[in-house]
Amino acid sequence: MVYINIFFSEIYKIIFLLLPVLVSVALIVWLDRRVWAFVQKRKGPNVVGPFGLLQTLADALKFIFKEIIIPASANKIIFILAPIVTLTLSLVAWAVIPFSNEMVLANINVGILYLFAVSSLSVYGIIMGGWASNSKYPFLGAIRSAAQMISYEVSIGIIIVNVLLCVGSLNLNKIVLAQENVWFIFPLFPMFIVFFISALAETNRPPFDLPEAESELVAGYQTEYSGMMYAMFWLGEYANILLLCALGSILFLGGWLSPINIYPFNLLPGFFWMIFKILGLFILFSLVKAVVPRYRFDQLMRLGWKIFLPLSLIWVILTASFLFFLDMLPTTG
Amino acid sequence: MKFNRIIKTIFMADFISGLLIAIKEIFKSKKTINYPFEKGKISPRFRGEHALRRYPNGEERCIACKLCEAVCPAQAITIESEVRNDGSRKTTRYDIDMLKCIYCGLCEESCPVDAIVQGPNFEFGTETREELYYNKKKLLENGDRWETVLAENIKADSPFR
Repeated sequence: MVYINIFFSEIYKIIFLLLPVLVSVALIVWLDRRVWAFVQKRKGPNVVGPFGLLQTLADALKFIFKEIIIPASANKIIFILAPIVTLTLSLVAWAVIPFSNEMVLANINVGILYLFAVSSLSVYGIIMGGWASNSKYPFLGAIRSAAQMISYEVSIGIIIVNVLLCVGSLNLNKIVLAQENVWFIFPLFPMFIVFFISALAETNRPPFDLPEAESELVAGYQTEYSGMMYAMFWLGEYANILLLCALGSILFLGGWLSPINIYPFNLLPGFFWMIFKILGLFILFSLVKAVVPRYRFDQLMRLGWKIFLPLSLIWVILTASFLFFLDMLPTTG
Repeated sequence: MKFNRIIKTIFMADFISGLLIAIKEIFKSKKTINYPFEKGKISPRFRGEHALRRYPNGEERCIACKLCEAVCPAQAITIESEVRNDGSRKTTRYDIDMLKCIYCGLCEESCPVDAIVQGPNFEFGTETREELYYNKKKLLENGDRWETVLAENIKADSPFR
């Protein structure tokens, strides 16, 4: 009986986390399109619901009623599994994201490692989808995507090492609390920029949307997908984008901490500050999408391996030696 | 020169100025309209859906000269005619295949009595092909419906003809 109680209370908690995430993913798709439209002086989606807020819901409904077509030459099991993997992995990662001091589903002490591991796994969904489609454009798109995500994960990993050097803990809540005096964006500003650009590449956002480059690859790994399976890829992608925005705000923008710890600001619960920071980062994401043209593949690889990797490595050494010689290394806790 | 370029690249000057332009554009007025609810202005010369006009006394203008049928590059127009008891020649059949029509406006231009005209209506989509094979009845109905606008447009455009 006790086990059943625990089981149901956990399920309740998970649903309470997942539903808001999925709803915010739907809203974020709307926000993305809206910002993009505004930059191009269009109105954007504004018909369904107030300000077009329900546009994504309408799109999702349309996807649900569409037929799922599985190509004759596709590997059926993996073909069906791929979008499930993508969506699941991008949602699973939310378990460790702290929305306030207590609002964490799993406050594990290796949170950042877990997050990093899960976001690395998400490349599998794309590879599986591309390979199982058994057609040329999805395959090329999947290969590109895999190469891109692996290259940029390396630099993201080293950037995270930078932050961890300053914190001395892998727990996401402790990372946030370590920024009580000063957000890491100030001492580690170049790393924040590198993180931001790597996050763009990691989530296949423009200017690094090579896997889906319409002019070259139709729609990349999603080409053969239709109906709800396509929608799942799409949800997974945006959940991933949101996740990296959350990660960025935890690592560099002080997570759920209010910007200044004085009276009117710390009245608002940490939850809202977290949302504001994620939204701010996301709006930056969509502005970048509106501004920049797509990179060429070799440029992308050059940026990843020849600029970001050495830069972040040098910065690790700088941070480490700075902390070591000024005797500011965090006490292990 | 080269040095400047490197500094610009490192500080992403071009990217940031682009971002600032994007932010500026967000607050400018929108150039698009809510189409089904708002509509853009169209010229009096607009070549939309066809219509056959009548004289104010209700008599059809068309005299079955078949100039439009002859000039039509898509051969979308079919006309049959007879001589009435009062001696006037009128059409018995005036069909336009709106699917063949390329909306070039030559029929309107060739018409000596301003009978066949292309009106300002461009929203006449249908659910079946058959509905787009227009006959004389449909065209005359169009003419009756749009007469005010058609007369206005012809008048507005007359100095340029």
